[in-house]
Amino acid sequence: MNALLEIKGLKRHFGGVWAANGVDLSVQEAEVHALIGPNGAGKTTLIHLISGGLLPDEGCLTFAGSDITRNSMHARVALGITRSYQITQIFHHLPLLENVRLAVQARQRDWGSSFRFWRPASADFQMIEEAEDWLGRVGLAEKAGKLACDVSHGEQRALELAMALATRPRLLLLDEPMAGMGPEESAHMANLIASIKGAQTVLLVEHDMGIVFRLADRISVLVAGRIIASGAPEVVRGHPEVRRAYLGGELL
Amino acid sequence: MKFLRHSDRLELALLLVVAALPLALQALGEDYYISFATRLLIFTLAATSLNFIVGYGGMLAFGHAAFFGIGAYVVALMMAENITSAWIAWPLAILVAALVALLIGAISLRTRGVYFIMITLAFAQMIYYTMISLKNAGGDDGLPLAQRSTLAPFNLADDATLYWVTLALLAVCIIALKRIAASRFGRALAGLRQNEVRMEALGYPVHQLKLACFVIGAAIAGLAGALLANQNGLASPSQLYWTQSGMLLVMVILGGVGQRYGGVGGAIALLGLEEALGQITDRSQLYIGIVLLLVVLYAPRGLVALWVRQR
Repeated sequence: MNALLEIKGLKRHFGGVWAANGVDLSVQEAEVHALIGPNGAGKTTLIHLISGGLLPDEGCLTFAGSDITRNSMHARVALGITRSYQITQIFHHLPLLENVRLAVQARQRDWGSSFRFWRPASADFQMIEEAEDWLGRVGLAEKAGKLACDVSHGEQRALELAMALATRPRLLLLDEPMAGMGPEESAHMANLIASIKGAQTVLLVEHDMGIVFRLADRISVLVAGRIIASGAPEVVRGHPEVRRAYLGGELL
Repeated sequence: MKFLRHSDRLELALLLVVAALPLALQALGEDYYISFATRLLIFTLAATSLNFIVGYGGMLAFGHAAFFGIGAYVVALMMAENITSAWIAWPLAILVAALVALLIGAISLRTRGVYFIMITLAFAQMIYYTMISLKNAGGDDGLPLAQRSTLAPFNLADDATLYWVTLALLAVCIIALKRIAASRFGRALAGLRQNEVRMEALGYPVHQLKLACFVIGAAIAGLAGALLANQNGLASPSQLYWTQSGMLLVMVILGGVGQRYGGVGGAIALLGLEEALGQITDRSQLYIGIVLLLVVLYAPRGLVALWVRQR
C-alpha cells in the first residue's frame, strides 16, 4: 500500500494542554479514512496541522513523498491538500455557480493564474461547464443561479463539498461535514461522500458512528492527543482501549 | 443581432450628452462652468479609482491623496525641467503613482481593518511632509505650472479641449475597470471581498491579488492628479494632505461603495453641492455634513444605488 500522507510524532500544545501529543497516522491513497474520538481529543487541531493552518511544535508530515512540515497553507493547497470547515465557509452573496467556478478557477495548474485582467471570466466556457458539472454531482444543478445565502444549510454544506472537490485535491479533509444537519440532510451528505469513495482520498472527522462505519475503509481513534488505535472498522470496533475510551463501548 | 445592450446604449447616450456640455455652455456664455465641469470630471476619476480599491478590493484605504498628489507633482516637476509633453509626463505620473502604491501596499496589506486605515494614512502624510520640505517642489506654496501640458495634436490651453480629453480618459478608465471587474482577476476580488479565509483555503494568492487592485487604483489616481495639476495650473500640497483623502472617501461613500458609478455620483454630488450651497450660504460644509449623515443612515449603499434600483 502507498501512503499519501504520513504523520510521525506530531506534537502541538496550547498553554499546558497537548492538543496533539505524538500523533502517528498514515492515510493511504484512495481510501476514506475516518478520524474519531471524544470531544476535545484534538481532532480539529490535527486537521489544522495537516492543512497548514497551524504549525507543529515537533514531529513531521510527509505528503506524496515530500516533507511538508513547514509548508504554508497556500503551498499545501498547491500540492493538493484541501479542507472543508466545520463552520460553513462559502461566498454568501454570490450565486452557487460562481462559488464553484471560483474553486475551479483556483486551479492554476489547469487554467493559469488569476491575474488576467481583460478577458471576461464568462468567456471561459470550460470553467463554467466544469462548475456546473460539480454542482450536478452534489445535486444542486437546478439551484445554480441562486445566491448561496438563499439555500438551506444542508445545501450550503453540499455546495462546500462541491467547492472542495472542484479544486481536485489529492487529499480531501472533511471536518464534520454533517455538523448541524438534520437526519435527512446527513443521509444525503453521507451518500455524496459514498459516491466519491474509491476515487478520492478522504480524511473524515465525524461523530456519527453509523456513518463512520458505513463509509470508512479504515478508522483511527484519537484520544487526548494520541492515536490509540488505527485499522479496519472491525479491528477498531473490537479494540479494548477504544471500548474503554468510549465508556464501555456504548457508542460502538 | 443587437449591437449594444440596453444599459450600454444608455451609457453611450449619457456620454454624448456630457460631451456636448461645453458647446451648450459656450452658447450660453457661461464659459466659467467649463472649468468647473472639468474639475468635476477629474474628481470623478479620482473617486472612481478609490472606489475600485475600497468597493471592489474591500480595502479601506485612507491615503489616496498620496497618489492623486504624486500625479500632480510629477507633471509640475517635469514642467520645471521644461518637459511639457503630456505624452511623456502623464504616463510617468501614472507609473510613479503605481510604483509608490506597490511599495506602500506591500507593507500596508500585512495589516487589516483599523491598522490598514492608519498605516495608509501615515504613508500619505509622510509623502505630504516630504513634498512641502522640498525646495524645488515649491514647499508650502506648491509648484505652479508655466503652462498646461502639450498633447499634440490637441490644444489643452483651450478649456473645452481639456474638458474633452479629461472626459475621454474618464470614459476609458471606467470601461477598463468594468472589464477588469468581469475578468478572472475581478471575480477573484469579488470572492476576496466576501470571504478571505475561503479564498486562501482555495489556494488563491490573496496578498498579491489585493496588492494588484491597490496598484491599479493608485495608477488611475495618478492620472487624475496629472489632470488636476493642468486644470489648476498648480501642484498643490493640499492635494496630498489627508483631508483630500477624506474628501475622496466621502465621495465614494456618498455615491455608493462598490457601485460602478459610485465615484461618479459621489464626486458630482459633493462638488455640485459645494458649488450650489456656496452661492447661498457660508456654511456649505455643515449642510454637506447633514447630507452625508442622511445618506449613511438611510441609503448606506449610496446615492447611485437609490437611482439604479435594478441592480
